[in-house]
Parts: sequence; structure tokens; C-alpha cells
Amino acid sequence: MKFSEQWLREWVDPPVSTVELVEQLTMAGLEVDSVEPAAAGLGDVLVGEVVSIEAHPDADKLRVCRVAVGEGQFLQVVCGAPNVTVGGKYPLAPVGASLPGNLTIRKSKLRGIESHGMLCSAIELALGDDHTGLMTLPEDAPAGQSLQTLLGLDDTIIEIDLTPNRGDCLGIEGIAREVGTLLRCPVTPVAIQPVVAGIDDTFAITVQNPQACPQYLGRVIRGVDVNTQTPLWMKERLRRSGLRSLGIIVDVTNYLLLELGQPMHAFDLARLSGGVVVRYASEGEQLTLLDERVISLDGQTLVIADHEKPLAIAGVMGGIHSGVQEDTIDVFLECAFFPPEVIAGRARTYGMQTDSAFRFERGVDPGLQHRAIERATALLLEIAGGEAGPVTTVTAAKYLPNSVPVRLRKERIEKLLGMLPGADEVTDILTRLGMTVTEQDTGWQVQSPTYRFDISIEADLIEEIGRVYGYNRLPSVILQGALDVQPLVEGNNSIEDLCNTLVYRGYQEAVTYSFIDPDLQARVNPGKTPVPLANPISSEMAEMRTSLWPGLLAVVQYNLNRQKSRLRFFEYGLRFYSQDNEIHQDMMLAGVVTGSRLPEHWDTHSAPVDFFDMKGDLEALLALTGNAGEFSFVSAEHPALHPGQSAELRRGKRSVGWAGCIHPLLASHLDLNPDTYVFELEYDALESGRLARFQPISRFPSIRRDLAVVVDAGLPVADLQVAVKQAAGDLLQELLIFDVYRGKGIETGRKSIAFGLILQDYSRTLTEQDIEGVVAQVTDQLGKEFGATLRD
Amino acid sequence: MSSLDELEQQALQAVAEARNSSMLEDVRVRYLGKKGLLTQRLKQLGALPAGERPAAGQEINRIKQLLQRDIEMRAGVLQAAALHEQLSRETIDVTLPGRGHTQGGFHPVTQTLRRIEQLFRPLGFTVEEGPEIEDDHHNFGALNIPDHHPARAMHDTFYFDAHTLLRTHTSPVQVRVMEQRQPPLRVIAPGRVYRCDSDLTHTPMFHQVEGLLVDEQVSFANLKGLIDEFLRAFFEREDLAVRFRPSYFPFTEPSAEVDIQCVMCAGDGCRVCGQSGWLEVLGCGMVHPKVFEQVGIDNERYTGFAFGMGVERLAMLRYGVNDLRLFFENDMNFLTQFN
Repeated sequence: MKFSEQWLREWVDPPVSTVELVEQLTMAGLEVDSVEPAAAGLGDVLVGEVVSIEAHPDADKLRVCRVAVGEGQFLQVVCGAPNVTVGGKYPLAPVGASLPGNLTIRKSKLRGIESHGMLCSAIELALGDDHTGLMTLPEDAPAGQSLQTLLGLDDTIIEIDLTPNRGDCLGIEGIAREVGTLLRCPVTPVAIQPVVAGIDDTFAITVQNPQACPQYLGRVIRGVDVNTQTPLWMKERLRRSGLRSLGIIVDVTNYLLLELGQPMHAFDLARLSGGVVVRYASEGEQLTLLDERVISLDGQTLVIADHEKPLAIAGVMGGIHSGVQEDTIDVFLECAFFPPEVIAGRARTYGMQTDSAFRFERGVDPGLQHRAIERATALLLEIAGGEAGPVTTVTAAKYLPNSVPVRLRKERIEKLLGMLPGADEVTDILTRLGMTVTEQDTGWQVQSPTYRFDISIEADLIEEIGRVYGYNRLPSVILQGALDVQPLVEGNNSIEDLCNTLVYRGYQEAVTYSFIDPDLQARVNPGKTPVPLANPISSEMAEMRTSLWPGLLAVVQYNLNRQKSRLRFFEYGLRFYSQDNEIHQDMMLAGVVTGSRLPEHWDTHSAPVDFFDMKGDLEALLALTGNAGEFSFVSAEHPALHPGQSAELRRGKRSVGWAGCIHPLLASHLDLNPDTYVFELEYDALESGRLARFQPISRFPSIRRDLAVVVDAGLPVADLQVAVKQAAGDLLQELLIFDVYRGKGIETGRKSIAFGLILQDYSRTLTEQDIEGVVAQVTDQLGKEFGATLRD
Repeated sequence: MSSLDELEQQALQAVAEARNSSMLEDVRVRYLGKKGLLTQRLKQLGALPAGERPAAGQEINRIKQLLQRDIEMRAGVLQAAALHEQLSRETIDVTLPGRGHTQGGFHPVTQTLRRIEQLFRPLGFTVEEGPEIEDDHHNFGALNIPDHHPARAMHDTFYFDAHTLLRTHTSPVQVRVMEQRQPPLRVIAPGRVYRCDSDLTHTPMFHQVEGLLVDEQVSFANLKGLIDEFLRAFFEREDLAVRFRPSYFPFTEPSAEVDIQCVMCAGDGCRVCGQSGWLEVLGCGMVHPKVFEQVGIDNERYTGFAFGMGVERLAMLRYGVNDLRLFFENDMNFLTQFN
């Protein structure tokens, strides 16, 4: 809500500065968004009266005007505007005046004729958007008077960002009431007298759905001069509230919208047929709106119709065919109350927002319609002439909002606010807010005025008391409460624990959007059904991510393009996919590594990272579970990964993640280094840990025995490890793999694996015989199971 | 055969000339070893007339002791020299860079989230999470925002279908907590939230932390107390001015917006605070009776408060970041500034 401070001060004039006024409003919950001067730099502009006009000798379109500027002074001004007439009064910017847009008026010659100033249009003064001709000033404006004084431009435009509950402040009257309450000063409402009907004409009104339209007022006004110029004062008030002047009838209804907060509409009576009907639209009915859009109505839309066709969307916007036009003579003025729930969402449904819908959605005072129609009629007749018929009122009182008395308990005020203002103060605040207050045993009975339709429960009243009393005067008290010990599962890993490990190992955390490019998603993770957004912000952010990889790969790409080559990122967050009509949202931990294994160093030449660098990082994460043995890396294929360098991570039999080198085709598609490795793990598989359990420590020495076997090159070492552990039995404390070799000395298709077996017993020192026994069992087993031979 | 005097002179000279411990050992063996020259002289004593033996024996022993002491001293000198030589040979340039991984780091949003959690956990608040794809009941309806409520228009919502959406705030988590647990409740809910809005000061995804406290004796005064303390602790400014402005959220009443004195200009007015000297950092209020009704909490017995804050905004103010979009570009030159 944007308004002129002068206008407000006509209603309520507290003895405080603009700054103070604005501060008070903000601190009472009517947050002031901006405070601007009503006009910028028009101090030099005067009222000029054109006393004579002569044709310019050398230009058809220019005329030479003699302009009176008061005190017997006259200026010669060359002017090209079509509407300049002798006796007309217009804004005159004399030589030296500065205008909006950093324009300074200089003495000049136009086609050889001297011009000592400029006659101005509204747009040149930033006072409107009319550029077709000079801005016309009232006939009684004294020549030479400053425009600033004439138009009251020494004003401030205040804009309030109103919260949705304060529909009552969407008019000057409401804001004036609020100021009166806050600053304890009297409010002078505009005097509204019923307009006595000069004619008997009425127009039939039928309300088919009284629940949706509990009150509808209509009035015929005949003989209006619709081409009457809107008075400057009204134009200026509209302009200062951000509304354009659109002709006297619309201007008057818009003025009422701003003054009292009541949306109104005027129809061209000649274009209505039979009578007005308030009803729901039938599905698919067509209506051409004021903005010339043709819409197809749905059955939940309340319309104002005549006996043939819909005329307007109730409370939202009128239609173009029934609206006031240049040839309109008689109008039908409408003023209604629609409950918020009837209007709410309608404008949005048709892709628009209007000042009328904005107010009805938030609530209009159901007690306002009679005053509003009388005020609008009076203004219209006064400005544009005509004669009014009587007001026709269709009211279904039982559907009008009923303000019920609300009980307000002292104990409740104290419980909610943490303090209880004195009883006098409570009564005073509520009374100033226009409430009717009756004292009771434990508190008060409070009846709110019709315009405070937001008040319906005790908490609403308590908020009002706190608000007017001042939130900053309320106490600030340190919290007290029971101190419960929270459960804490030792051994479990929080996501933070896992992330800490990655950070220690050189990973930088990234945070990427949860919605990503569907094309990239299809390329990286086609295996999961994505969840698409119905209204994405762009086509590159149209699907929820089924994997964190696309986001991380984009981060790598971004940084590679900025001269960074050694990158390690991780991210945690949800991934989303749809399965069996159900949306799954799982917490994932994912990472990406590329570039050299170690930062470049003066002493150490570092190779590019490979799978096993990343696997080492993953093993560090798995170790946090205390159950690393339950996890296994199984060679498996993933569309995003190099088929020979990818592994599925399993906990027991459950698949819990993937790790591998990105597929060379994907790498080249994304301009990534082929040595780019990624992993992604399901957090819940890593969450549960193990409580440490003490094992006795052997006091006897351990013995290491190395063993190299030759097996088929394709045999996973993990299989050998399992067999070795089984064959070696309890004496085996640790099993190392210290060499993998293929090449000279080993048959093609075979490889040599060197194991280190560390053996130890709890009760004695092992003998050579014991050790040879173990080694023999191991070699036998490997021979039998895998055709392994001892390496020479 | 040379005289003992000559032998003594030769031996002492040899010791003095030994340049390292092995040469010195050679000298020792040559004179004092089993077959050493002095040892031989001792063995030869028996060949002397009995009257000369004591004096000769004494003289040989004197020389032997002298030589031993001299050798020890020389050994000490040589060892010290050898050590010195070794140490200087092993000297490195300690100013050269070390070897191995550098540490990574956490995103500034995560650091801010952790800081907020660290401030609330000691007060008995537990950290809760909820789904990001939400139903409209938890995101709106249960929070007293019915269909077509104007407050819905304030949240530019991403939808999947008529009833499924991306949560526009972390407030649905408070509903889920209240559905599952009975008061007293103290929880905070950090997480990602989404609004269909993207410009200089809005990103379609950002982070919030929601807080909820429900108990038998909780008032707006406690809310003020907690928020005052929290903000002062968060910004590490004991004298930070904090003000509460009445506002409106459908799920709280009374509702407030909280401003702090601008941390950039100390309240003098600057670009960041739009010359007002105040920065809005948080929204809060007492839980609305209709929200309690929805989840079956007794309005007469319990009161509660909720608050919500934007994490990027707090991070920007705390670290002086001037562009919201930087948080989601993940530029190493940005991220590593917070390590």
C-alpha cells in the first residue's frame, strides 16, 4: 500500500515528523518499505498562463506563446504541443529550471525564434505518463504560483508492506485508524452523507449464491459526463498511490479503493441486458477482460453477469464490453462484499493480480459498502454531473461475517506474553483499537469492529495487546526448563563424522542444487526414475537429482575452467527417485577426485589419482563403522563408469553405493579429465557403528611369512584373501598383499600375488613346524580352489 | 729396540695424528693390544734383572695409563667432530614446503549451520530432519495456511503435483515432530528449502534453521530472551542491538520479525542495510493455537514458540560475503577462504 502522507494527515495529523511516523508504523507491524518525495526537483516550475499564440514563421508545428508568469511578467516560449490554447494554464519551466532526468532549461532559439522556457507535459515532470500534450492545470490556478504549491508536491510517498492479515489497512482510512491508535490522536473520517436520489431508476439485482456474495449494492447514475477531466488533486493522489488516471469514472472507483479500501466497479448501463445476476460461471463460459484477454471461466469462479452473459469476474476484474467507454452516459455502480475464500486464488488461476482481488483476498470490511457507494456517488455527481437513483441493496445477513465476542483472560495474557500490563492499559489499548470491551471476573469480553475481521480468537487479542504495548517493552527472560540427558549411541556415525574424515583427507565440501538438467541426469544415472518438477525455474533445473554426481561433476568442470587441476569435492544431501509410485528421498554422501595424487611438491613427483586413492578414502569411511569387514567392493557395471574400473559397494548383500572412474565417453562429453573418480554412498548404511569390545593381547611374538602365488589374471584378489583366511585359521592375525605382478617370468594370462601372513598364538610361541603347517594348508587350498602355484 | 721414551713419544704422536676413530683404534691396538708394543714390553719385563723390574714396570704402566687417557680424550674429540660433520651433512632447509595431502574444508553454509547447532545443542535442543519433497498438508495446511491463503502466494512454490511440493520452509519439520512426540519439545531443524525465485538476492534453493520449543511455562518473553542471547552469541557481540517487530505468520501468534543492528555499519546506515541501520535476520512467534489443534497438543496446558532463520543470510553477514549466488557456484577460490 502506497500513499501520500498529506492525504493521511488530512485524516489524522499526529504531531510527529515523517521519520517518527514511519518508525512508529514499522514498529507496530506495518513495515514501511520506502519513503520518497512526491516529486523530484520541480521547485523551479511555475504555473504559466498562455495569453497569446502566434504561428512560428519557419515551422508548421511550432507556435510562439506569450506566457504570463505573474507580477506583470511575461515570457516568450516556443511550444510544439497540439493542445496549447490561449487562456490555458500549464506548467512552465523557466530558464535555469532543472527537471527530472537531469534536464536543465536553457535560453534557446527554435528555428530562429527565442524561447525563454518550456511548457511541460506530465511525463516531462514525472507526474504521469501522458505525453500527448501539455499538462493542463486548473483554470483558477494563479499564474506565477509554484507548481509545488499548487499541487501540494511538498509531500512524501510512503509505501507499507502489509502482512496478509491486515487487509483493513489497504485504505487510507485503515492506516489513519492505526496511526490514531498508536499515536493517541483523533481521526477525522471523511464526511459521507447519503446522496438523495434525484431519479427513481433502478436496475434489477439477483444474487444466486448469497453465501458467495452476502452483500451487493447497486445504483443507477444517469447523465454522467464521462469525458470530464479528473481533478488534479485526485489524479495526484492516485499517482502517489501508483495508479494511473483512466478517466473520471474509473478514477473515482479507484479513489474509493484507496480511500476506504473498498473495490468498486462501474458498468455502462446501456450495455447491460435485463438485470445483474451474481452467480457461478458455467464451465467454459467466455469473458473478454478489460485488458482484452479472452478467458474461459471455470465453475468455481463467481461472476457478475447480466441476463445474457458474464460481465466481470467478481472481485477481480471487469469485462471490456460492459465497462465504461467514451460514449457512456448512464452507469451502474456496484459495491459488494465477497468473503475472502470466494475470491482467494481466482486471480492467480487466470494468471493475474488486481488491486481488487488483492483486497478481497485479504478481507474487506463488510460494514463498508453503504458508505463507499454514497461517497463514490457524491464524488461522481460533484465532478462529472448526472443524477443518481436509489441504492438497491441485496444482503444475506446470515452469511455476512459475524464478529463474535472473544473472551480474554488475564492469566492467558501473562502466560503468552510473559507479563501482564495493567488492567487499565489493556482496556485502553483495546478501546483505542475500536473494540468494545466489557470487564469480567478473570478478564474481559471483547467485541471487535467489522473492519478487524482478523480477530477471532483470544490469541489474536493478545497479539494486538503486545503489538500496541510495544514488543520492545515486553520483557526478555532467559529460558528455564528441565535438563534431560539426551540418548547418545556410541559407535554410530553422524553425517558430520563421515564428512570430517573426508575433510581431513583433503576433500572440499560443495553444495549444489537439488534440481538438475534432465539430459545430464539421463546420461549419468539412467537407472533410476527421476521426479520432475511441474513448474521448474528453467529447463536446466527441471528434475530432482537421482544422484549427487551430476552436480559434483559440474563443480569439477567449473573449477577446471578456472585453472584448478587437482580437485577433490564431496557433498551430502538427499537424492530423489520414484519407484512403485512412491517418492524415495535418501541421504547420500558422494565425492569426486581428479588431478594429481598429492599436491605438486618440490621433492615428490606425484602420479594422477587412480581408483585405489579413492578406495583408500572410502575404506577410511568404512573403518568408522567398526565393521569394515561387512563391506565388500564387487566389480560391477554402471552407465556412468568405466566398465573395467567400477565397483558396487555392498554391506552384506545389500548394495549401498558405487565407486569408479567415470566412463571415458562421459568424461569427453563433459570436458573432464579421464582420470576422474567418483563415489556415492547411502548414508544409512554407514550410520550404524559398533561399540568397541576389548580382546586380550598375546604376550608371545608374532612371526611373518611371505608367500607368492601365481593365479589367473582375472581372479579377484578378494577371493584369494577369503580362501587364505579360511585355510590359515585362528593363528592368522593379519594378511597383507604386498605385491601384484604381471609380466616377465609369469605366463601370459596369469599374475603373481604376494601375501604377507602374520601369525601369532595367544598361549605359546609358534614353532617352525606350526608355521610350515599353516603355509602348507594355505598353498594346498589355493592350489585346489584356484589352480594357484607357488611362484619360483 | 727403541727406548721407552721414544716409544712414548711415538705413541702420543700417533694418537694426536689419528684422524678418525678407526685410525685411533689402530693406534690403540698397536701399542696397547695383546700384541701391542707396550704390552710386549710388559711381557719382556721378566727378562730384566730383578732389581730393574719394578722401576721399568712402573714406567711402562705410567706410559700405558697416559696413553689410554690420551686415546680416550682423542676419541672424545674425534666423536664430537664426527657427529658435527654428520649433523652438518644432514642439515636441510626447513623452510621448504612439507609433503602430503592438504586439508579440505566445509562449505560456509555448513559451517554456519554447525555454529547454530552448537549454540542450541547445549540448551537441550535436538537436531531433527524432514523430507524435502513434502505434502501440502505439512508445508501449508497443518501450519494454518489453507488453500488459496494469501500467505501461499508469498511462497513461490515448486510443485510436483497438486499436493506434492518442495518444502518452502523448514517449518513442516516442526509439524512432523509434534505429530510424533509429546511435549516438552526442544528441537531445531536445519535444511534445504526451495522457492521458485531467482535473481540477484534470491536463489531457488537455500537453507533455513527452524526452532521449536513447547512446554508448560513458555512465553514470548522467553522467546525474546533466547533470540537475544542467540544472536549476540552467534555474532560474538555482547552489545548487539536486537529489536522485535510485529509481523504475521499464519502458524504463530503473536508473530515477530527480528532485526539486528547492522553488523556492517554498526547501525549508521549502509548499502547492506538499505541505510536503515537494521538487518532483518529471523522470523518467530508463539505457536498458533490452530497448529497445536492440528497435532493434538493441549492449548490450555502448553504454549510454545517457533523461529526460523535463513542460513545464507547469516553466513553473508558473518563472513562479509556480498553475493548470495557465490554459495552455489562452488568456486575453489571462494570455498577455500573458509578453510
